[in-house]
Amino acid sequence: MSRYAAPGTEGALMTYQPRYDHWIGGTYVAPKQGGYFENPTPVNGQPFTEVARGTAEDVERAVDAAHEAAGAWGRTSPAERAQILNKIADRMEANLEELAVAETWENGKPIRECLAADLPLAIDHFRYFAGVIRAQEGSLSQIDEDTVAYHLHEPLGVVAQIIPWNFPLLMAVWKLAPALAAGNCVVLKPAEQTPVSIHYWMSLIADLLPPGVINIVNGFGAEAGKPLASNPRVAKIAFTGETTTGRLIMQYASENLKPVTLELGGKSPNIFFEDVSDDGDDFYDKALEGFTMFALNQGEVCTCPSRALIQRSHYRSFLDAGIERTEAIVQGHPLDTDTMVGAQASNDQLEKVLSYLDIGRQEGARVLSGGTRAELGGELEGGYYVRPTILEGGNQMRVFQEEIFGPVVSVTGFTDFDDAMEIANDTLYGLGAGVWTRNGTRAYRAGRAIQAGRVWTNCFHAYPAHAAFGGYKQSGIGRETHKMMLDHYQQTKNLLVSYSAQKLGLF
Amino acid sequence: MERVALTPEAEDLLRLLTDKHGPLMFHQSGGCCDGSSPMCYQRGEFRTGDSDVLLAELEVEGVKDPVGFWMSASQFAYWSHTHLTVDVVKGRGSGFSLDAPEGVRFLIRSRLMEE
Repeated sequence: MSRYAAPGTEGALMTYQPRYDHWIGGTYVAPKQGGYFENPTPVNGQPFTEVARGTAEDVERAVDAAHEAAGAWGRTSPAERAQILNKIADRMEANLEELAVAETWENGKPIRECLAADLPLAIDHFRYFAGVIRAQEGSLSQIDEDTVAYHLHEPLGVVAQIIPWNFPLLMAVWKLAPALAAGNCVVLKPAEQTPVSIHYWMSLIADLLPPGVINIVNGFGAEAGKPLASNPRVAKIAFTGETTTGRLIMQYASENLKPVTLELGGKSPNIFFEDVSDDGDDFYDKALEGFTMFALNQGEVCTCPSRALIQRSHYRSFLDAGIERTEAIVQGHPLDTDTMVGAQASNDQLEKVLSYLDIGRQEGARVLSGGTRAELGGELEGGYYVRPTILEGGNQMRVFQEEIFGPVVSVTGFTDFDDAMEIANDTLYGLGAGVWTRNGTRAYRAGRAIQAGRVWTNCFHAYPAHAAFGGYKQSGIGRETHKMMLDHYQQTKNLLVSYSAQKLGLF
Repeated sequence: MERVALTPEAEDLLRLLTDKHGPLMFHQSGGCCDGSSPMCYQRGEFRTGDSDVLLAELEVEGVKDPVGFWMSASQFAYWSHTHLTVDVVKGRGSGFSLDAPEGVRFLIRSRLMEE
């Protein structure tokens, strides 16, 4: 085991500034109204920096700066933009450990996930979009011998992006990389729970981008998010969060006739057919890891496999093995490289998870493991820790229907294929799902029958740039990752050109 | 049949927010991140429609207008067997709810509805 030093302490790889203003037009700008808010680390609940409390005036300045930059940035060649994205990726790779420490301290997630997943994925995302923008081509259609329709891609201009707190850097990069590749300028609002790791990232890469291409405005949703989402001078709003705010953003966007992309969460089923237990081989071991994936990132993942559906014929043995695997999880200091589960990202998040453990018990769910706050003591006193928890019950219980966003899985059994599909689809959401079986035909049929945007088949929680991610049903609108994401950040320009000298003869 | 109640702390916060922002409403969220939180807005800020259910018009002493508590009908189908109590905890939710800048967050505590 090794332990990274906390930011700002002896031997630390990185240090946060005591205060962060808004990043607007390539420089730091103090909030017009002069307000700041404290930013605590979930590791021990103590504030470590303060952050600008943005308001509508600050948002306007950022939109101004983005518009000033948008013309020139939109005219850069794909090759130039790709080169910049690749340089950003290189700079991140050279500072991967520093970024990991920054992310863990702000979010509470175990640093091994930052080192192995969040940051390598973010780096690859920039490289992927550097590649696809070079390879993207428009099209032309020959309407008749003398008439040609050219289809060209153009950037939208200035876009607004509102980032969640569960993967502060990776979720920002999911939105930034395609937007920048497509030639847009961005006004980005980080979540108020995790407002500064993106500023540390910006400190590493600021020299690579022209001023105004990325602007970061901090603040609360009601004070800074609303003026951004309702701004008539942004061409599009991208949001990751929950359903009520998603609806409100659509409402604001409708007032300005602007498009939105929304990613609003899920309640992902993870289905284990009986043949998983046919052998105690590597695949069985992998499936048990797949079951335990509910604890990844403390369950603060939109696609957390928070409903485990296990076929009755192997229910008890598979669940017992799943409990054993879950109880082997190492929970501890998020900066320890051995730690698998760290802290929930905020106190209100901790309270919400505990409130679900309460209603789960009241509804009759059995607690098979965990079920309480983890009081880790010592230097972690005051941090927001929950023990990985396995509940057993039925799909109508609220713990099976709502995204708890904690390290909590709700387990139930199913009899056959049709029963599994019925339970899997009995949810308001449709973001992710998992299917585990040794039978390829069953896997395919299940994958097609489940109403979700991504069905992990004999795997879970993989997020490659080259695969589309997004929701069915109430899980949102649009996709993230994959080159199709460029469509969400581009206009189609059609030049309909006649090369004929002959009039139509109508007038 | 009462479906929604307020703790004294929630009533205090509603009085404070009413002083600052005027008449208020709740819309119960679902989904990820800050999902499952009751979002508090100026009344009418969030447009409700036929897809929503009004669970309660909450009376708060010292607040002139009742505070409507809304939820989408599809979500209510999964929540209707539980009674909701709006409480307040320290924290910093995102979303556009008016409580977050105060350093606190409305939180739902639930119990089974009595027959």
